[in-house]
Amino acid sequence: MVDSVFLALSVLTIGSAIVALEIRSLIYGSIALMLTLSGVAGFFLLLDAPFVAMFQLSVYVGSIAVLILFTVMLVRRELIFNKVEDKRRRYAGIGLMIVLMLGIGTIIIGSGLKTMDTNSPAVDYKKIGEDFLTYYSPALIVMALILASSIIGAMTLARREDVIDDQRAD
Amino acid sequence: MTNALIDFILVSVALLAIGIYGIAVKRNAIRMLFGIEMIINSANLNLVAFSRYIPNSQGQTLALFSIAIAAAEVAVGLALVIVAYRMYRNIDIADFRSLKG
Repeated sequence: MVDSVFLALSVLTIGSAIVALEIRSLIYGSIALMLTLSGVAGFFLLLDAPFVAMFQLSVYVGSIAVLILFTVMLVRRELIFNKVEDKRRRYAGIGLMIVLMLGIGTIIIGSGLKTMDTNSPAVDYKKIGEDFLTYYSPALIVMALILASSIIGAMTLARREDVIDDQRAD
Repeated sequence: MTNALIDFILVSVALLAIGIYGIAVKRNAIRMLFGIEMIINSANLNLVAFSRYIPNSQGQTLALFSIAIAAAEVAVGLALVIVAYRMYRNIDIADFRSLKG
């Protein structure tokens, strides 16, 4: 069955995911989201995928979570603690969550995945690097272009046109 | 391996359900982004888990691409939140009404 590291990681991941959505302050919420993403990186390490785990840590925890933290700090203070939500909508959402968990969970437990296990060795990460530079190299280039264009798009979106350059200093 | 495939998939289902709850209930734009992140992460966890147990390397490759695209998506999403905040002085999505018919 599962070992203690797996149990600890799943408690950390699920618990901090709930905290990230439910805690009042958005800043603590984004720190909890950081914990969730690190927990998923821990699962990747358990699955013998160290390359994906390090990528997850550097991209998600290192850049996305920090980006979210900076955006939260740009927002007015009372909005960070603001929490307007419908009671009925909230109960409906919790019901939807439980129905989804139970429904998909029973389908998966009833399926043949339960017996699936492996004794074969893990995939070597050198193989992934080789694949990236040979078979997937066009896709890698396209991905780099998408990243560059999305960053340029984000910068143009967030730019203020009504402010003249010399006013920007103060 | 001591952990079976189904354990990882059940964790990923839980993460997916929590993410959908966040998108459906929260009205704060940044919290909805949190929910989207959780859903993307549950998909990545599924990809890597299946890639370990089948086993081949393509699942990990797809997960790497998916993480990179998610980074681009978050950058654009946060820029949209900043623009909307500048226009409405609020990040409550119920207030973003100018595209509503």
